[in-house]
Amino acid sequence: MNHEDDFLVLGGHAYTSRLLLGTGKFSSADVMARAVAASGAQIVTVALRRFDRDRPNDALLAPLLGMKDVTLMPNTSGARNAEEAIQAARIARELCGSRLVKVEIHPNPRHLMPDPIETFEAARVLSADGWLVMPYIAPDPLLAKRLEEVGCASVMPLGAAIGSGQGLASAELLKIIIREARIPVIVDAGLRSPSQAAAALEMGCDAVLVNTAVADAEDPPAMAAAFAQAVVAGRRARLAGLMPVGTEAQASSPLTAFLQGGAHA
Amino acid sequence: MRVILNGEPYETAAQSVSELIAEQASAARVAVVVNDRVVPAAEQAAAALAENDRVELLTFAGGG
Repeated sequence: MNHEDDFLVLGGHAYTSRLLLGTGKFSSADVMARAVAASGAQIVTVALRRFDRDRPNDALLAPLLGMKDVTLMPNTSGARNAEEAIQAARIARELCGSRLVKVEIHPNPRHLMPDPIETFEAARVLSADGWLVMPYIAPDPLLAKRLEEVGCASVMPLGAAIGSGQGLASAELLKIIIREARIPVIVDAGLRSPSQAAAALEMGCDAVLVNTAVADAEDPPAMAAAFAQAVVAGRRARLAGLMPVGTEAQASSPLTAFLQGGAHA
Repeated sequence: MRVILNGEPYETAAQSVSELIAEQASAARVAVVVNDRVVPAAEQAAAALAENDRVELLTFAGGG
């Protein structure tokens, strides 16, 4: 396959980057903006908060709005049910023109696991309403399929708990989702290292979304750049086709004897 | 009049949603919800406030 023609397609729009970046937890808006630039991400997530006149958030938004190739994807974090998530999407629409919305409904702050029933309902209503819904879900293959059927633009199963850095703990379930899906599968949450992002792409995930792995790194822009390279490497490996796993050694050098004493590989 | 602004009682001279925004967040980009209804930008000047209205002003923050 020609890599120049290899795009992540969401709702008819083609993206060249397969790395999505969250904007939470950064030490400053400046570090965040430099990390976004270094990541090459074309989709970045933002959250909704009550406006605080003493802490206006223009500092966060201004650099992002200045990046022409960056689309904002509001999330519905804080919503406890479908109704609140739908309302959050409608509020976000007033703040940015994007049709992308990351539906995330995780009522339990201890584990932040997404509520599948409320997530499905919100995704169904918002998809019917014309949104490009990107639902954050547990790695449940049947839920992923049901979300595809109601018109979601992608599914975003977790690799591990948000912010845990446990990597692709859900790998075997992710493989089933990938095998069955006809919409992009984006691993969202749990990744710690670029090698895990590369592994996700090698496995067949279409993209990854990271936040804490970059924001909590000692040098966030440098880590963002490392993730960008890992995602490209993983995708190229996927397209190149990995060799099969064997149970015995297969010599990569000729075993013809040319020294006295016989064959040694 | 007194409204409930982002969950707290708030005395204001504003008569409309747009006047309230001008008091609070003139330079910032905010979305407005009055009594659970999103008020689009185009309607904010004409949207009159009433005593005890529940007004939410929202903006973007960092998030994953």
